[in-house]
Amino acid sequence: MMRIAVVMKRILLEMIRDKRTLALIFIMPIVILSLVYILFNGETVSLKLGVIDIDEQLEEILEEMDVFVIEYKSDIDYKETVINDDLDGLLIFSTNDVELILQNNDPLRSDPLEMKIKQAFAARNQNELMEKIGSIPAGHEIEIDVQYIYGSSETEFFDVLSTILIGFFVFFFVFLLSGIGFLKERTSGTMEKLMSTPIRRYEILLAYLGGFGVFAIIQTVIVVLYAVYVLDFVLVGPFWLVIVINLLLALVALSLGTFLSSFANSEFQMVQFIPVVIVPQVFFSGIIPFETMAEWVQYIGKLMPLYYGGRALQEVMYKGNGLPEIANDLLIISLFAVIFILLNLLSLRRYRKV
Amino acid sequence: MEQVIAINDVYKSFDKKPVLQGIQLGINKGDIYGLIGPSGAGKSTLIKVMVGMETPDAGEVRVFDEKIPNLKVLHDIGYMAQSDALYGELTGKENLQFFASLYRLKKEERNARIEYVARLVNITADLNKRVSAYSGGMKRRLSLAIALLHDPKLLILDEPTVGIDPELRLEIWQELFRLRDEGKTIIVTTHVMVEAERCDRIALIREGKIIAAGTPEQLTNQYGAENLDQVFLKAGRGE
Ligand SMILES: Nc1ncnc2c1ncn2[C@@H]1O[C@H](COP(=O)(O)OP(=O)(O)O)[C@@H](O)[C@H]1O
Ligand SMILES: [Mg+2]
Repeated sequence: MMRIAVVMKRILLEMIRDKRTLALIFIMPIVILSLVYILFNGETVSLKLGVIDIDEQLEEILEEMDVFVIEYKSDIDYKETVINDDLDGLLIFSTNDVELILQNNDPLRSDPLEMKIKQAFAARNQNELMEKIGSIPAGHEIEIDVQYIYGSSETEFFDVLSTILIGFFVFFFVFLLSGIGFLKERTSGTMEKLMSTPIRRYEILLAYLGGFGVFAIIQTVIVVLYAVYVLDFVLVGPFWLVIVINLLLALVALSLGTFLSSFANSEFQMVQFIPVVIVPQVFFSGIIPFETMAEWVQYIGKLMPLYYGGRALQEVMYKGNGLPEIANDLLIISLFAVIFILLNLLSLRRYRKV
Repeated sequence: MEQVIAINDVYKSFDKKPVLQGIQLGINKGDIYGLIGPSGAGKSTLIKVMVGMETPDAGEVRVFDEKIPNLKVLHDIGYMAQSDALYGELTGKENLQFFASLYRLKKEERNARIEYVARLVNITADLNKRVSAYSGGMKRRLSLAIALLHDPKLLILDEPTVGIDPELRLEIWQELFRLRDEGKTIIVTTHVMVEAERCDRIALIREGKIIAAGTPEQLTNQYGAENLDQVFLKAGRGE
């Protein structure tokens, strides 16, 4: 058997023996995703909608849908009213069009509100037509002119968050576990013992890559299948591309984790790297709109692997784009991996120069 | 006499603290060579220099006539570190299998060797237990078994018998004698003088220098001492 395979097998065996870690890798992401899903899909929030010149039928339908409707006179300042009265939206009927102003400071309220209003229109039209001709009409879309006070229709926070989380789990767990694994190898003396056998330095690294790569793939498959089929997350692009992105992210996380582990002397010191290395990356992974950041902050973001990972995942899962659109991001992620792997090889030189 | 190890004027410091200061040493094939000295003398560092895990600041190390570090030479070395280097999550047997596979032993040979070395260090009954449940002595024995696993021509053992009970210690020495008689070369470090007496040749090390070297009899005669303990004291005083 190749030495790489031998070490890889040992890493997998150790992982399988460690039930807590297994639970951490495979169950925690599912729990967190479910939690996010529950938090963001709560039906209890009551939406506040201001209306001007609404017809009674529509108002009734909206109220049945748990929307709290407040009527206003037509001579108010629309935007000021929305902000001052903390309305989620203001629906204005004029002679021949309908206008909807959404506060949109919280897309989790704006999106459902917009959807409910459209549903209400559809329901009303259907009722009217049913009364007139007594049969079910062909689908009829209502055009509403929607304006946003904050952000745009693309701030579908939940979808953004869920895609990013999928990359984040892989990055986080692979970073932490491979870092701790490498650290244990060093502090227990087994790294030195390995170096007294004819194994090559790159073989050790490749074995770690292989071992944790297997876990990254399994985790990605489980998490994505659960997210898409159980929780109904969006996945428009190809599944295999999601795995490719996550595998590359795992590569970076692993090489970064193992490299940084050479600066840690205990597992706790490894954990201390999390706020330094992981948390800042989360901010740049797409959860906060990148375009709104100051220019110099954007430059910092561009040094973070998860920025490219988050972007690529969104392109694929959310916008349905394919390889050509994310090739650049993948290339940059690979570049990070190459740099960290070289640093690793250098750092292993202190055990043996050949 | 065929020389297995040749160390020529080796110096090594850690953070400006000199640990090896001009070590000059030749070790012949078929000898049990003891490196004797108090804790902190530099024995472990000298051993690591031989395996290629520490690079000397100056001087040259050759093993089997190859310049160290050298990957090919590592095939022929069985190294046992001073602290046990074992995978606690794995069983004793899995540890042995892992290292045997790293030396590319074929399956039948691997199983035969594992059985043999396990019997030798008396851990056959505990092979299927996790190493994390082993006692200190058991771990020491397993480490020794791993060093013997691929039947190396050169054994480098850093304090191999610490924490092992006297009876088994004697058995292990019997095995070392047997291996020597097969033509293997063995290097052991120890600070127990009784064990030093059993070596064919010894080097007394103190503060990174070899203060005396030869067979145990030569040294006791040379210093007019009754035993190696006295030799060490006298040599240390520079008499
Ligand atoms: N990696 C290291 N970094 C710094 N100092 C070291 C290192 N290894 C050994 N030393 C120091 O070198 C000296 C000799 O150590 P060592 O070779 O382990 O002695 P011995 O094996 O004879 O007890 C000790 O003072 C030890 O503290
Ligand atoms: Mg020592």
